[in-house]
Amino acid sequence: MSELPGDLKYTKEHEWLRQEEDGTVTIGITDHAQSALGDLVYVELPEVGQEVESGGEMAVVESVKAASDVYAPIAGEVVAVNEELADDPEKINADAYGEGWIVRMQPTGEDEETMNPDEYQEFLDALDE
Amino acid sequence: MSEQLIFERSRPGRRAFAQAPLTDSNGSVPENLQRHDRPTLPEVSELQVVRHFTRLSQRNFSIDTHFYPLGSCTMKYNPRACNSLALLPGFASRHPLGPVSHGQGFLSCMYELQDMLKSVTGMQEVSLTPMAGAQGELAGVAMIRAYHLANGAAERDEIIVPDAAHGTNPATATMCGCTVREIPTDAEGDVDLEALRSVVGPKTAGIMLTNPSTLGVFERHITEIADIVHDAGGLLYYDGANLNAILGKVRPGDMGFDVIHLNLHKTFSTPHGGGGPGSGAVGVGERLKPFLPIPVVGKKDIDGQPVYSWLDEEDLPQSIGRLSGFMGNAGVLLRAYVYMRMVGKDGMKRISEFATLNANYLEARMQKAGFELAFPSRRASHEFIVTLKHEAKTLGVTAMDFAKALLDKGFHAPTTYFPLLVPECLLIEPTESETKESVDRFVEAMIEIKDEAMTDADKVKGAPYTLPVRRLDDVKAARHLNLAWKADRD
Repeated sequence: MSELPGDLKYTKEHEWLRQEEDGTVTIGITDHAQSALGDLVYVELPEVGQEVESGGEMAVVESVKAASDVYAPIAGEVVAVNEELADDPEKINADAYGEGWIVRMQPTGEDEETMNPDEYQEFLDALDE
Repeated sequence: MSEQLIFERSRPGRRAFAQAPLTDSNGSVPENLQRHDRPTLPEVSELQVVRHFTRLSQRNFSIDTHFYPLGSCTMKYNPRACNSLALLPGFASRHPLGPVSHGQGFLSCMYELQDMLKSVTGMQEVSLTPMAGAQGELAGVAMIRAYHLANGAAERDEIIVPDAAHGTNPATATMCGCTVREIPTDAEGDVDLEALRSVVGPKTAGIMLTNPSTLGVFERHITEIADIVHDAGGLLYYDGANLNAILGKVRPGDMGFDVIHLNLHKTFSTPHGGGGPGSGAVGVGERLKPFLPIPVVGKKDIDGQPVYSWLDEEDLPQSIGRLSGFMGNAGVLLRAYVYMRMVGKDGMKRISEFATLNANYLEARMQKAGFELAFPSRRASHEFIVTLKHEAKTLGVTAMDFAKALLDKGFHAPTTYFPLLVPECLLIEPTESETKESVDRFVEAMIEIKDEAMTDADKVKGAPYTLPVRRLDDVKAARHLNLAWKADRD
């Protein structure tokens, strides 16, 4: 398993969040999540401008194994979505923390509980026993 | 070796007399409805047709040829008698628009089928109308929704679904205009009661449960769950996918469920897995009776004689309506009727006893052979889960690789990567139909594959080797659908 980027926060639902300088937050799924899902074949993205509740469905990722909801780790308004995923969902498999980002949101409320890289690594190790 | 499409064998002018089109010799089709251009059909000889379809049939990996432990699918033997009796001319030639007085035999069978299903599920009324499991689910949740609307509780639009549920459950809830509230499962495979208590409330429409669950274990808190949901004003929906495990032993009606769908094709003898036709008959408790989909078969005594009829909008004005042109798939319903009459009440118990015995025997042998069980502390129901996460991590050989390698050994693969909660899992369901010998051979095949994985992982990762096609490109298949042959027309 690859090294976890140090500048990100992580959730128990295997999403990552990056605080951008302009106050928005970029969100994607972790390398662990893409690896568990397997090769992605389809990503359903929200509309720009959509308001999302914390813990609400934000996107759907579908792989050869399964379709999974991606839950919003924060409440906010969607300000950008990664349009390239529509044609190229494998970007998430290839580069989960970079070109595989899913949405960018303008937060409107409190964060759900997140983990730092060390805590997320511990969480993953515990899943693995 | 891939089989050419029959269209690719076509040569202009070849004919097969057995497949010659009928001509309209008696002029019963009006001139304006007759076609004048030729249909695009392959031009092949009769022997080419026979060989093509015989070869395809020989490549069919089916319950008639192989052990088929596809978890959650109940791939059991379908007795031939069920099919041959359903094809009796009195059934097969009956026109659905014919007068009811001409279909009394068929209707009496359907009425008795409704009764038998009531008795085996513990429900109050049954409608045989839904044409498939998914439609039965849709009918079930639509009835729950109709019940709340009739009671002036339009705000009750939340359906609770455990994370172990079949993917169709949340889809059904959404199709019925409800919102899905997902709740987690605890480490032993039961619904997390605290999480359930925290999501029920004035918006709760109901909960959708499969019991035994897709994790292959019986939900032990079912009566407590029923109380929590009922106290909150919600109803309980039972997904009948795993009914085979409890037939004749426990009844969903007694567990507190208000509505249930049954996959008759699966539990009661129609070959399935090929996309239909199916039957998703629904059963309801007292509260949902007025909302049953129509038609339902009714019975009256007239001068001491039973007379059967269709109950429709007049009899059930609050019905959620019709789900098909007539009443479900008659052939599937008849097979279920014959099957239930053949096995009888005691036979029902033997089905679930042997289905669970086979699953528990196979589970114990797998554990002894060094495979890790997902829920080692629990007794299996009719199926169980093995996780190959250690094999995947240490040998690089995944559940999918095991599944493919099993094909070379003459076994249909178990269900892979479902349920989603368990990593690298195989969901294994031997059914009551298998002998101890075939179950033993499956364990031996799994041990052989594991041994191969330890000495030559790449060999296992390259499987299958002996089938007409090798490892398929799932991503390409999903993203670049190529489903139908297209003619090069002038």
